[in-house]
Amino acid sequence: MPITVSMTVNGKAVTGEIEPRTLLVQFIRENLKLTGTHVGCDTSQCGACVVHIDGTSVKSCTTLAVQVDGADVHTIESLADGDTLHPMQEAFRENHGLQCGFCTPGMVMSAVDLVKENPDPSEQEIREWLEGNLCRCTGYHNIVKSIKAGAAAMRG
Amino acid sequence: MNTSQYEAPGSVDEAVALLANAKGNARVLAGGTDLLVQIRMGMADPALIVDIKKISEMTTVTAENGGFRIGAAVSGAELNENAAVKSMWPGIVEAMDLIGSTQIQGRCTLAGNLCNASPAADSVPAMIAADMTCTIAGPNGRREASVGSIATSPGKTSLADGEIVVSLFVPAQNATGGDAYLRFIPRTEMDIAVVGVGVNLTLDGNGVCTAARVSLGAVAPTALLVDDAAKALIGTKVDDAAMDNLAAAASAACNPINDKRGTIEFRTKVAGVIARRTAAIALERARSN
Repeated sequence: MPITVSMTVNGKAVTGEIEPRTLLVQFIRENLKLTGTHVGCDTSQCGACVVHIDGTSVKSCTTLAVQVDGADVHTIESLADGDTLHPMQEAFRENHGLQCGFCTPGMVMSAVDLVKENPDPSEQEIREWLEGNLCRCTGYHNIVKSIKAGAAAMRG
Repeated sequence: MNTSQYEAPGSVDEAVALLANAKGNARVLAGGTDLLVQIRMGMADPALIVDIKKISEMTTVTAENGGFRIGAAVSGAELNENAAVKSMWPGIVEAMDLIGSTQIQGRCTLAGNLCNASPAADSVPAMIAADMTCTIAGPNGRREASVGSIATSPGKTSLADGEIVVSLFVPAQNATGGDAYLRFIPRTEMDIAVVGVGVNLTLDGNGVCTAARVSLGAVAPTALLVDDAAKALIGTKVDDAAMDNLAAAASAACNPINDKRGTIEFRTKVAGVIARRTAAIALERARSN
């Protein structure tokens, strides 16, 4: 029995008719065609699907779309301003913070949330924060470097 | 997946009525960090999902009789930011904080960890050590049960059809009491306990242990309350000899399985080692209280 959900995604009001079992990540990718949010495992381990719900990072495969009815959702697509990358995205590019790039959207969204809570995280704090984001290329060293640089850029 | 109905009631009574009237399999959704994964993996296929996160009674932590009542939908992150709970029961909060990653912490719940009934659930030994109870609502009204009585075997609980855990109650800690939880995992984060130990102990003015509860996780089909391990501490100053007896009692109580995370022999030995380390932390906390 399809039900109607409405939410704000990347500043735009969206509505969809979906099955109750639809995960938020499916709604974002399949209904809204925002495919920047990746599905790595869909069992809440890898963190490739991290988005922000009302300003907090959440794995979008851990949430049903109907649960966030009325919420303000931001995906990786909301970060760049036209062709100008967000400072965290720029830092990933500058510091070779990605190899195959599959985990990158989740890494960047987690990193932005971290910096919001902790504007100047230490390497240890970054590594602890990233416990829920897996990189199968094992590119963690440069990811941590990127986040350190991104945090500095965001502090301005 | 056949889930065809999602409901987010605003009261416990409505939630109970939904569960009682459900046609087919119904599941309660607290954080969803276990349930949604089980659905995706084909291990669960509920026709009805009842989301409890919109029930105010279940989303709050309140002071009660010197202790705390913790709503079934309170997330790990909220508990971790509750300074009052954390200072009285650091072991419980630390155990909860070990579950999953930052994003999982934002959603997962103590009650969900309990009702998922995994033998390796991190929060359960800590809750049993603290002698926690829970309030359960069902078609026949409300009842109280000890946390240790909920899981009956891996994935199975003593909750009857239509029953739902509303809240958990942790009593006041003794003025000179301390609790702790430790687990062994092969990694540093994001893993399932190979052995988990919760210890809660109280000292008298002379530093003699007057009460203790020791609970083991991941070494039997359900978390265990090990009386012999508690007896090893009670009446002693928790010295090396008492710690040796504690470790021996903890190992003796184990009834683990062999799996990729650890053999029977390994788990049995490590249970003693971890029991000792956990008791040392609880002791330190009791002394400083």
